Amino acid sequence: MTDSFDRLKQDFPILNQVINDEPLVYLDNAATTQKPQTVLDAVETYYHTSNANVHRGVHTLAERATSQYEGSREVIRNFINAAETAEVLLTRGTTTSLNWVARSFGEVVVEAGDEILISYMEHHSNIVPWQQLAKKKQAKLVYVELTEDGQLDLDDFQNKLTDKTKIVSLTHVSNVLGVVNPIQQIADWVHEKNGYLVVDGAQAVPHMPVDVQALQADFYAFSGHKMLGPTGIGVLYGKRALLEQMEPVEFGGEMIDFVEEQDSTWKELPWKFEAGTPNIAGAIGLAVAVQYLERIGMENIAQHERELIEYVMPKLKQIKGLTIFGPEDLRFRTGVISFNIDGVHPHDVATAMDMEGVAVRAGHHCAQPLMTYLNQPATARASFYIYNTKADADKFVEAILATKEFFLNGLN
Amino acid sequence: MALTKLDQLYRAVILEHSQTPRRRGTLDESTTQIELRNPTCGDVIQVQLNIQDGVVKDVRFDGSGCTISLASASMMTDAIIGKPIEEALNLSKEFSQVVQGNETEDQNALGDAMMLSGVSKFPARIKCATLSWKALEKALANQGTGVDGQMRHEEITE
Repeated sequence: MTDSFDRLKQDFPILNQVINDEPLVYLDNAATTQKPQTVLDAVETYYHTSNANVHRGVHTLAERATSQYEGSREVIRNFINAAETAEVLLTRGTTTSLNWVARSFGEVVVEAGDEILISYMEHHSNIVPWQQLAKKKQAKLVYVELTEDGQLDLDDFQNKLTDKTKIVSLTHVSNVLGVVNPIQQIADWVHEKNGYLVVDGAQAVPHMPVDVQALQADFYAFSGHKMLGPTGIGVLYGKRALLEQMEPVEFGGEMIDFVEEQDSTWKELPWKFEAGTPNIAGAIGLAVAVQYLERIGMENIAQHERELIEYVMPKLKQIKGLTIFGPEDLRFRTGVISFNIDGVHPHDVATAMDMEGVAVRAGHHCAQPLMTYLNQPATARASFYIYNTKADADKFVEAILATKEFFLNGLN
Repeated sequence: MALTKLDQLYRAVILEHSQTPRRRGTLDESTTQIELRNPTCGDVIQVQLNIQDGVVKDVRFDGSGCTISLASASMMTDAIIGKPIEEALNLSKEFSQVVQGNETEDQNALGDAMMLSGVSKFPARIKCATLSWKALEKALANQGTGVDGQMRHEEITE
């Protein structure tokens, strides 16, 4: 298994380069992943051979573009096991997907005095849309606490889940802690209380098998660029019965049925939500990315990341003055490692590691409430993906040691 | 190894300023206080000025940040204390040029802050170096009116 993963790097031209005189070790995959040659080729081929606007044209190119765009939707539907393509809306990304749910579905179900339940491990894109909805509707935004090791506090969750809770919106996997939340179990609890469950899957879909029907999520959002696809394309899955109740968030071309002077009717699902010319090349690129992931197998990918984490974590633990955030038990996390070196600011860590060719992220990772919760102004974060190897993990450890040495002993 | 390049950025003087910053704390008497954040990294800085007769009589800063932003704040206080408002603003403009790798007229006036010229080779870190100076500019522009504000990341670059 490890051998075949070692060969994947060859599929990613960008990884074959020298950064600051060192071979690039790319460990910022939670921010965005690199794209394999097949995805780059698919986007280029589309523009070379099939570019046209979708759904409207009668000519041959328009038909090609439409069938490739809609074919991509089917590939994505199958990947997440949605019941039908009508439930797979193509968006700009997770942020757009969550905004659509908050604005449109939130409009339907949330009333004054209701509660919206989220957690302290959410990304800003799963906080701010709900804040806005709560303000508009005079509803209350309630946060679930975390346990000491950074997992969702399920007791606190059950206490805060009440008859007032209309919407629960949780991340499937934390972008800072790598924690995997028990979405299926949570869906049961939410539905018992007649609430609706929205899931931010941006950090889950790229890293593990996701079956939206098995999870029983009412809505599920994710981004293409975090799973080898292009930027600017993402997905909102929603149950048909709920999508049917919702009004489109945007209006214009491509989404209308009939337009009269004073009123219009909408197309059927999923098109009623997709106003304007969509990101056709992005959708095609994402479908090819999905096929690339499917060839490897999502179980294998999850296993590969687990192996890398199990390999590197004991080495990290031996480093004095290194704090690692998130659960000790590696079964509850993906390939995301947030860490701080005592006495060295994460920004300085990221610059120093960059000089070693190792790309990590430093900052609050768009999760300021979580940083406040952890009592850290910021952390450094390494996030592994399919093309990372044990050699990358070794280089990561070496770069941390060199960074520590430079800042803490370099002065003597 | 590649870390030797880090010496361009983190020279001994810079590390020394960040570890024992000058004028970190609060003033008993101040005419202007400002708090500035860098929302993308979580850095926050407070600058207090005591301006008398158009001159920066005293200055303190506090906050949390990386080596570069703390060292820069410390160096900034060295450079501007005792200076008239106009001169302090000019220094800020010069510093902004220095960290972008441009020539300046009077490098000596910046003192230790000139040591941060290496930041120009690390574009992602220019904002760290300019945070305290941008706070200073905001405070001086308001001439002792005591404005609290938040400045966005993008605005910190220029």
